[in-house]
Amino acid sequence: MLAYAARRLAAVLPTLLIIITVAFVVIRMAPGGPFDAEQSLPPEVKANLERAYGLDQPLIRQYWRYLAGVAHGDFGPSMKYRDLPVSTLIAQGLPVSLTLGLCALLLALGVGLPLGTWAALRRRSALDHGIMGFTVLGVALPSFVTGPLLVLIFGVSLGWLPVAGLEGADPRYLILPVVTLALPLVAYIARLVRSSLIEVLQTDFIRAARARGLGERRVIWRHALPPAMLPVVSYLGPATAYLVTGSLVVETVFGLPGSGRYLVEGAINRDYTLVMGMVIVYGLITLLCNLAADLIQGVLDPRIAHA
Amino acid sequence: MPEKQASVSRGFWKDGWQRLRVNRGALIAGGIIALVALLALLGPAVLGIRYDSLDWEHLAVSPQWTGPHFLGTDRLGRDLLVRTLYGVRISLLIGLLASAVSLIIGIAWGAVAGYRGGRTDELMMRAVDVLYSLPYLFIVIILMTLFDRGSLIVLFIAIGAVGWLTIARIVRGQTLSLMRTEFIEAAQAFGVGPGALIRRHILPNLSGTIIAYATLAIPQMILFESFLSFLGLGVQEPLPSLGNLINDGAREMQSAAWMLLVPAGFLVVLLVCFSIVGDALRDALDPRERAA
Repeated sequence: MLAYAARRLAAVLPTLLIIITVAFVVIRMAPGGPFDAEQSLPPEVKANLERAYGLDQPLIRQYWRYLAGVAHGDFGPSMKYRDLPVSTLIAQGLPVSLTLGLCALLLALGVGLPLGTWAALRRRSALDHGIMGFTVLGVALPSFVTGPLLVLIFGVSLGWLPVAGLEGADPRYLILPVVTLALPLVAYIARLVRSSLIEVLQTDFIRAARARGLGERRVIWRHALPPAMLPVVSYLGPATAYLVTGSLVVETVFGLPGSGRYLVEGAINRDYTLVMGMVIVYGLITLLCNLAADLIQGVLDPRIAHA
Repeated sequence: MPEKQASVSRGFWKDGWQRLRVNRGALIAGGIIALVALLALLGPAVLGIRYDSLDWEHLAVSPQWTGPHFLGTDRLGRDLLVRTLYGVRISLLIGLLASAVSLIIGIAWGAVAGYRGGRTDELMMRAVDVLYSLPYLFIVIILMTLFDRGSLIVLFIAIGAVGWLTIARIVRGQTLSLMRTEFIEAAQAFGVGPGALIRRHILPNLSGTIIAYATLAIPQMILFESFLSFLGLGVQEPLPSLGNLINDGAREMQSAAWMLLVPAGFLVVLLVCFSIVGDALRDALDPRERAA
């Protein structure tokens, strides 16, 4: 298990380095620079600006300088928000984004697992069909549709919840964003649990457990559910990738001051350093979550670690 | 592979069609897609309104049965029905083209990896794994910064370029198992070269699986396009797309809910119908799913 963990951990750094390198090269190859919008700039001023940001240096030197900075947690200055380092910008928004993502994940597990289990235990009943119908919609509806629709219903028509924004630590502002972000995950997890639980319930060891006279409750909780959870655990990796992209939409829809919007804004403004910082931070988050999911899976199912 | 043989086999495609025909939901969904596509193709011409023509006498009017704007207009007096139908056109176009791009890359990659096997296979699939672990959005955002935003060609290449991973995995797995069959061995013994072997013997055997997954890829591509356009990274104004129409609608929804509901409705109907048809096709044509 330890060797497996070390192997997985060792794969994170090279992958991160690949992300940084590819993003760096591709973004620098892009036509148009961050100072293009200000066309009135005299050439001398533009040259000075480029020198100040190190853009006049050879690409390879810029790359090494950047790598050294990143290793120290310095992503350089933003090229659009003057005077603000990228790390400060991201650090301001990240707590909001992380809270959003974590709450959505917990909600998805808290609702998706029981729903899927329930549907599997009452297979082919009206309840099962109802839950499955809901999950078809939940998977198919993108969050940029459900978000505005939820706001329309609960914010505008009923007036129960605030429409957008974030005021202090008032949790009511987070309810709709978290629900929007969690909805597809709830649906997907419910489907995963349902199908894997149905499969597990048909195996011989469940029949053996029943033959030994164990109560139905004990059969399900002790014997059927743990192995049925495995697909959910392996889905946690892709789920975090979904949460990262989903948070971009949700932060846009609800006007939340998270860090996701910097990725989009930076791409539109060609703010090299901001996009790079975001790609690295979000890439690292995704990689670490994938790693965590792999390790949990390895603990639950030793066959994986020894493969 | 535990495959339950139908009592009377009429060949692969006929069998598949038989299974599909019984699935009434899939047929209805397919019909709805055809209807929406037809509407999108002919609707704007029949209504005689351009997607960017402004009607100063009807600014932000709500839907009305008497016309001329059946589903209302936006703040600039542009007809919402026509704009939405144009958006559907773009969505379908990008869905089809991006799926085609991702299918071509995915099939080539998977077939070569599965055919060569060994080290080549391991290396190629490792690359797929690495790409899988990145949030695909990063790659597209980077590609969209690199080229002109708003260029449709760049858009579908960018979307297609990240959508090929799943199909590559599937094709590779199936090719690997086909490579162990006797008829491939026989073909090799007759001296059929690698290119011809893949084209004439392997790909035809995968066509069912490929069609099923292509149908499932289309809604993902449509979703992806509207997602990018929603964020302002995809199709640019004044060209409408379901994504940027929904974005506009979301901003206006407090006073004009129809601006959100019309494009959102079309998008949801398309997505749901495509995934129903795709699931049904997979059940009907993918032999691995049949045993279940």
